[in-house]
Amino acid sequence: MTSSLSQQRSSSTTKGSSDICMSLQNVSISYGNFEAVRNVFLDIPDGRVTAFIGPSGCGKSTVLRALNRMNDLIPGCHLKGQVLFDGQDLYHPRIDPVEVRRRIGMVFQKPNPFPKTIYENIAFGARINGYRGDMDELVERSLRKAAVWDECKDKLQHSGLALSGGQQQRLCIARAIATEPEVILMDEPCSALDPISTLKIEETMHELKRNYTIIIVTHNMQQAVRVADMTAFFNAEAVEGGSGKVGYLVEYSETEEIFNAPAQQSTQDYVSGRFG
Amino acid sequence: MPAHHPMTSDQGLSADALFTLRRRPTSEKLLDLGFRQLTLTLASLVAIVLLAILFTVFQGAREAMASFGLRFLVTSAWDPVNEQYGAFVAIYGTLVSSILSLAIAVPLGVGTAIFITEDLIPSRLRELIGLMVELLAAIPSVVLGLWAIFVMEPAIRPTLELLHQLLGWTPFFASTPQGPGMAPAILILVVMVLPIITAISRDALNQVPIELRQGAYGVGTTRWGAIFAVILPAAISSIIGGVMLALGRAMGETMAVTMIIGNSLNFDLSLLAPGNTIASMLANQFGEADGIQVSALMYAALILMLLTFTVNVLAQWVVRRLSLKY
Amino acid sequence: MTLSNIQPANNANTDTSLFDRRPLSFDPSLRRNRLNGLLTFISGVFATLAVLPLVLVLVYVLVQGGRLISLRLFTELPPAPGLEGGGFGNAMLGTVLVTLIAALIAIPVGVAGGVYLSEYAGKSWFGQVVSFGNDVLAGVPSIISGVFVYGLIVASRVFFGQSYSAMAGGIALSVLMLPTVIKTTNEGLKLVPNELRLGAYGVGASRYVTITQVVLPAALTPISTGAVLAIARAAGETAPLIFTALFSAFWPEGIFNPIATMSVLIFNFAIMPYPAQNELAWAASFVLVMMILAANLLARWLSRLSKI
Repeated sequence: MTSSLSQQRSSSTTKGSSDICMSLQNVSISYGNFEAVRNVFLDIPDGRVTAFIGPSGCGKSTVLRALNRMNDLIPGCHLKGQVLFDGQDLYHPRIDPVEVRRRIGMVFQKPNPFPKTIYENIAFGARINGYRGDMDELVERSLRKAAVWDECKDKLQHSGLALSGGQQQRLCIARAIATEPEVILMDEPCSALDPISTLKIEETMHELKRNYTIIIVTHNMQQAVRVADMTAFFNAEAVEGGSGKVGYLVEYSETEEIFNAPAQQSTQDYVSGRFG
Repeated sequence: MPAHHPMTSDQGLSADALFTLRRRPTSEKLLDLGFRQLTLTLASLVAIVLLAILFTVFQGAREAMASFGLRFLVTSAWDPVNEQYGAFVAIYGTLVSSILSLAIAVPLGVGTAIFITEDLIPSRLRELIGLMVELLAAIPSVVLGLWAIFVMEPAIRPTLELLHQLLGWTPFFASTPQGPGMAPAILILVVMVLPIITAISRDALNQVPIELRQGAYGVGTTRWGAIFAVILPAAISSIIGGVMLALGRAMGETMAVTMIIGNSLNFDLSLLAPGNTIASMLANQFGEADGIQVSALMYAALILMLLTFTVNVLAQWVVRRLSLKY
Repeated sequence: MTLSNIQPANNANTDTSLFDRRPLSFDPSLRRNRLNGLLTFISGVFATLAVLPLVLVLVYVLVQGGRLISLRLFTELPPAPGLEGGGFGNAMLGTVLVTLIAALIAIPVGVAGGVYLSEYAGKSWFGQVVSFGNDVLAGVPSIISGVFVYGLIVASRVFFGQSYSAMAGGIALSVLMLPTVIKTTNEGLKLVPNELRLGAYGVGASRYVTITQVVLPAALTPISTGAVLAIARAAGETAPLIFTALFSAFWPEGIFNPIATMSVLIFNFAIMPYPAQNELAWAASFVLVMMILAANLLARWLSRLSKI
């Protein structure tokens, strides 16, 4: 991999969209007056796992949340540039964020099952998405896909909050896939979990990527190596005249390239553990 | 003070005499103990006052309890001349006015709480509405009563007359509105309990974790889908607790109700007719009563206490037992 | 390696057909979007209805009461029924006096009770009893506190054979203030970080010194906020006063005699059939509401200051 960042940008932006699932075009995101991340160009391939890595405060979670307009919920959050999905700019005023989130699901950092039964946790999303099939079957299939069926099958009518942390997180994954989204966003899904639960969720991800495009934010580099096909490295730099740091995309490539032969020195430093 | 005291000095014996208090003097220990006992005594005053209230009211009510027994609850005679007393009108009025006012205030209060927590309007406006509702709670009951007599009641009378014309065939709207009555009392109670319901619902909604909201939006609900399916259920126990507290408050509310309810001693099903509540009966008659009438009023006060006590304890139980652990 | 090498995945979502899939664009005619708009509208109407009474009450009190304000109101005695003129100077003084008595009882007792609950009680059964009792006391209707003090003090004439008195009124109000002061003190003290206590113990301070010189000062703002709110509420209370402090048409004659208060004056004069008395009730409401709103805004300002 010798191409510089700028070449990569131009090559990726000129490509046809047949194999590109989502594309960020010069995206900058700010909270009020504070700019969190600037000038991101990124093409996310279809049917792959893409990981966002980088030190804390580099804006990787912010970028992820921008992909299904989750940042709308944060007052004062504003995005410039374009996020293309299905040929449309998700931030066009005529886009309905609810439709966006129905097609781009999300799993959050902290497991957040609804205070409902396990069954209802799954069925809720499906129902509001207008699911017309057999609900029992969908619940079972989703829980199986998320590798949590065996633990849940006898207590479907129990509260989702009665499960352990790792099980809750897999329930949340099941909840996300029950609505059959095209993309699943995962925001540090294992950060609150123990190593065994983490491993199970990574196995789940390997299963899922056959059917879904997955984008995962992780601060665990081994996890990125284990699960991701593509990796984007974000970093933050102090800006002149500004008080905080602003995040930017340093490098984006195949995971192998990022970890074994990165083009940028700062990537090399980060993946070899020299900072961050 | 003795220089050497083997019982208390286990440290710094040889240390510099500059630290004269290195061995705690007995006075300091006594102060420590005394302060603790003082706070304990004053804290137990709460329990003592509570028991004293119960005892005083019970003691005062004994004569009437012996004379009228449980008949007091279901008879509506209030006849100082023949010394016959029954509190049915007041008990009925207390229950009807408080429950009907809650029926109006709960949707209004919870709706307002949603409106000012769920990011529907700019945060400045939200804070302003919240502040105004809180200030509404601070307006004295007697001022609301004054306002109810001179402003609210004349203003709503045409509406009440219309209700009478439309629904006059039912016993609940059978009488013509003539000023003070149950209906204006209910409305002023709505004004009084609204801030409680709004404030408690707002706190409950604010405590729903952001993760839960994100989870709901993440599977593609609309804003109101998330509110009804996830946010309200997560907050429901606190909201119900707040509603029960408001019910207790409505039952015991005195001044504004007294000023506008009409204080009738006769039973009337019609909401447009004058009515009475236990609290307003107490406010009206206590100052001028004597003999067994005082005892009958104490008996009514005891009933009011038991009602509000039950409701308040239930409220606490609801909040503790039904609260979801999210 | 470029993206062209990436193969499209088999995005074989066999059962997407079972879901509604719409274009991403916003469709206002959708049932859910119409419902959303409707519900937002309804909640907005509810919020307006909730704020409306405050605006109306304030407007009427300001207009009806404010236009009557003059100096004589504060210096003269209320007129006899049927007569014009006069003021409510005695009632102003009485409200201040009765509220002061209530505050002097309730604040020390309440702060001490709050200190006990927060610093000593822990999870002991006694602490829970006090805590529960406090919640129950907070729910006791204000008129009951009047009935209680009537039975305890007025009817028994414990104070030098006097029945109705400013003292009795103050005690009745203090019963109402007490739970608020205890609760806000307890909650304010719980906000004080434990490190502060450990730090004081660490230099060898006794429990008493730690509480009075470290913990209480750190919680001063929430405690004083609570006290101000409790005073503001007590100043507007009427029900506990009508048969404890009663009323008086004259200037206060000491704390063991009946006394006029603003709130009882408003009550008495509002239900009188004389316009002059009704007007005085409005003017008194104006003064009372201004005092109470000022106290509330002061409390809010105080609580802004506190960032422990």
